[in-house]
Amino acid sequence: MTAAPTPRPGGARPSVPVTLDGTDVLAHEGETILALARRVGVPIPTLCQLDGLSVYGGCRLCSVEVAGEHRLPLACATEVVPEMEVRTTSPTLANHRRRIVALLFAEGSHVCAACVASGACELQDRASENGVDHISYEMTFPRTPVDASHPKFILDRDRCVLCTRCVRVCDEIEGAHVWDIAQRGNQAHLIAGMDQPWGEVSSCTWCGKCVAVCPTGALAWQGTAPGELHADPGLIAFLTDARDGTWDDRAGGNERRDDEEVAP
Amino acid sequence: MGAQIDLDAVRDGELGARSRRTHRALVCSSTGCLSAGAAGVRAALKADVEAAEQSETIQIVPTGCRGICSRGPLVQVEPRGEDPTLYQHVDTDGAHAIARDHLLGEGVTADVEVVAPNLPFLEGQVKVVLANAGRIDPERLEDSVAAGGYRALHTAITSMTPEQVLDQIDRSGLRGRGGAGYPTGRKWKLLAEAPGTDKVVVANGDEGDPGAFMDRTIMESDPHRVLEGLAIAGYATGAERGFLFLRAEYPLAIERLERAIRAAKRGRLLGKGIFGTDVTFNLEVRVGAGAFVCGEETALLASIEGRRGTPTLRPPYPTERGLWGQPTMINNVETLANIPPIINRGPEWFRSLGTEESPGTKVFALAGSLTTTGLIEVPMGISLRTIVEDMGEGVPGGRSFKAAQTGGPSGGCIPERFLDTPVDYEHLRALGSMMGSGGLVVIDDSVSMPEFARFYMEFCRDESCGKCVPCRVGTVELHALLDRICQGTGRQRDLRHLESLCRTVQATSLCGLGQSAPNPVVSTLEHFRSEYEALLTDVPAATTRGGS
Repeated sequence: MTAAPTPRPGGARPSVPVTLDGTDVLAHEGETILALARRVGVPIPTLCQLDGLSVYGGCRLCSVEVAGEHRLPLACATEVVPEMEVRTTSPTLANHRRRIVALLFAEGSHVCAACVASGACELQDRASENGVDHISYEMTFPRTPVDASHPKFILDRDRCVLCTRCVRVCDEIEGAHVWDIAQRGNQAHLIAGMDQPWGEVSSCTWCGKCVAVCPTGALAWQGTAPGELHADPGLIAFLTDARDGTWDDRAGGNERRDDEEVAP
Repeated sequence: MGAQIDLDAVRDGELGARSRRTHRALVCSSTGCLSAGAAGVRAALKADVEAAEQSETIQIVPTGCRGICSRGPLVQVEPRGEDPTLYQHVDTDGAHAIARDHLLGEGVTADVEVVAPNLPFLEGQVKVVLANAGRIDPERLEDSVAAGGYRALHTAITSMTPEQVLDQIDRSGLRGRGGAGYPTGRKWKLLAEAPGTDKVVVANGDEGDPGAFMDRTIMESDPHRVLEGLAIAGYATGAERGFLFLRAEYPLAIERLERAIRAAKRGRLLGKGIFGTDVTFNLEVRVGAGAFVCGEETALLASIEGRRGTPTLRPPYPTERGLWGQPTMINNVETLANIPPIINRGPEWFRSLGTEESPGTKVFALAGSLTTTGLIEVPMGISLRTIVEDMGEGVPGGRSFKAAQTGGPSGGCIPERFLDTPVDYEHLRALGSMMGSGGLVVIDDSVSMPEFARFYMEFCRDESCGKCVPCRVGTVELHALLDRICQGTGRQRDLRHLESLCRTVQATSLCGLGQSAPNPVVSTLEHFRSEYEALLTDVPAATTRGGS
């Protein structure tokens, strides 16, 4: 496999020779190992990394082996240098990654069957990619509070992996800095505003970027959890009645319809 | 700001005043002795001397730490022209007896125990960093100057170029005393060569290992020496700003450092135009909220900036992008305390102490099962056996030595058969331990090693910042596994999980805290594996499974 010499905007062609998993490839100057690997189609697992946000280095899943390096550099934070020899997979790396994913499952309350994000969850993906089919570690069964005070969104801290994507996107992109981490170690948790209920944080712009970047079901739209979804057959009567002119204004029009009894 | 003080005049004045006294009584007023009642002892001595109207001839001096903390409160009486006497376990009754018999009477009182001058604990020591500890009043600039304080800063600023200072430190072979042993001269050069005009130097006094109090003692006993070392670092590297970072749990050290800074600024030893030159160095104390992780360089800088104390990825290293983006260098307090004597006495003198690779001395906090505990300063390369058996006078109570833990929660245990190992950076690392900042805890045969490892893991679990997954969750799970084993419900597979998870936490954690958190487990497993196995409920399977 050889990297297609994709020109960057501006026309610069990759020029830095790097060995990636035994294959010679050309990298752009200043390119990270992760960007290079993605460009040439070599998968490296990530969780906290997100293009467009600052580098965090918290999940440690993208640790790779670099010849001559004593430690395991992070692919997301390490820029290539000429003649760098990178290994993105090895039995040792596979073990480390499996254990890190397993630790995340042991730490939180990740019950896929009851989660809004099942099927669209990066933690779930990392588990299946890395062969995590059971957890040997002691489950900690956290009972951290759910914050459903926001009219549009919901925060379930038991599903949070503390990747801080929401913290970074809100601070760096939206400029609102609603989110931050409080406490430390296994007490660390996500807080809104000055540790207020999310719905009371006046700096929140309701933009939803935090929900969009959450890799798990910790941040979600209200009403998307399995128990909250329901069919709405009454909608048809509403439409036909409205067309016939017999429609009765339902509670001001803009109110959410969830609160109302729906005709069976 | 006051007038520039003249070091010689201050020293002469101080020594002149001292020569008019018949007696000086030095009362240890460091945290250890204060908590044992030294304040009452000092008040009693003072009251008796005042009642006898001898305040002019007898001076009661509060000093820093003498190191034999297990025998405090300590009072040293120094009659003019006679040998000093060091009293131990002094209470207020004892203070009255000392005042009555020794200060106002004929001689040494029989009512208070005396520390033998040839005590092995004291005899084996070489005091460089702690030269003034216990001998000067840390709250008086004049006392410090009389003992040679700020002479090195004067020499450096008035008769040396920054390059010459750098060269002296480089040639001394001094290595960072915070634990890793990075050559100090090289670190200074990195900052000196870094581009930028607003460079910063930082003293790291955020000491948090259980049982360690080296930095606290240095800051409490001789704060001006730390200021002087940092100011010299600033001059040599071109930094005009400095910060002293320490934890809120060290209120006495904070108070004395701030007092020292005020006094030094008044005397134009800090601030603008030091010693009449155009050299500027401003210094501030910054207090952390007591997180172990803030001893890590990048977390420390975050805390100084007022942000959450969590480590960030390196590179960029602080000398490239540190405080508020400026090139920054961080030195341990003990490292900085070594600077003035190196400038005063030269790098060759410094190299005559310690070993070729690790010159100089090291301060250790001796704790645990030893007859005499406290603070010692010894030349590098001394054997652990000398420290434990001679200076600490062995394990008391008919118990026997089992292991010594160096490097605190980041270090490892050293069993009896390695006691003759010389104490320096390389030898301790080769044993799977580390020098660390200087904590040395001795364990006797009544201690269960799995429980000992669990204690340190609990510490690391509680001190993890929570940023990276292997440290935040790994320490929780390692602690749970150790707990299960200690409670006698562990199985072979728990031991396997323990070992494999140790490897992952070591290899993948972001900063030194997580990378070294498994060390106590790994080293106790290496030297005392049978203790773990004896606690398991099942026997090993016939075939053993491999794994990385």
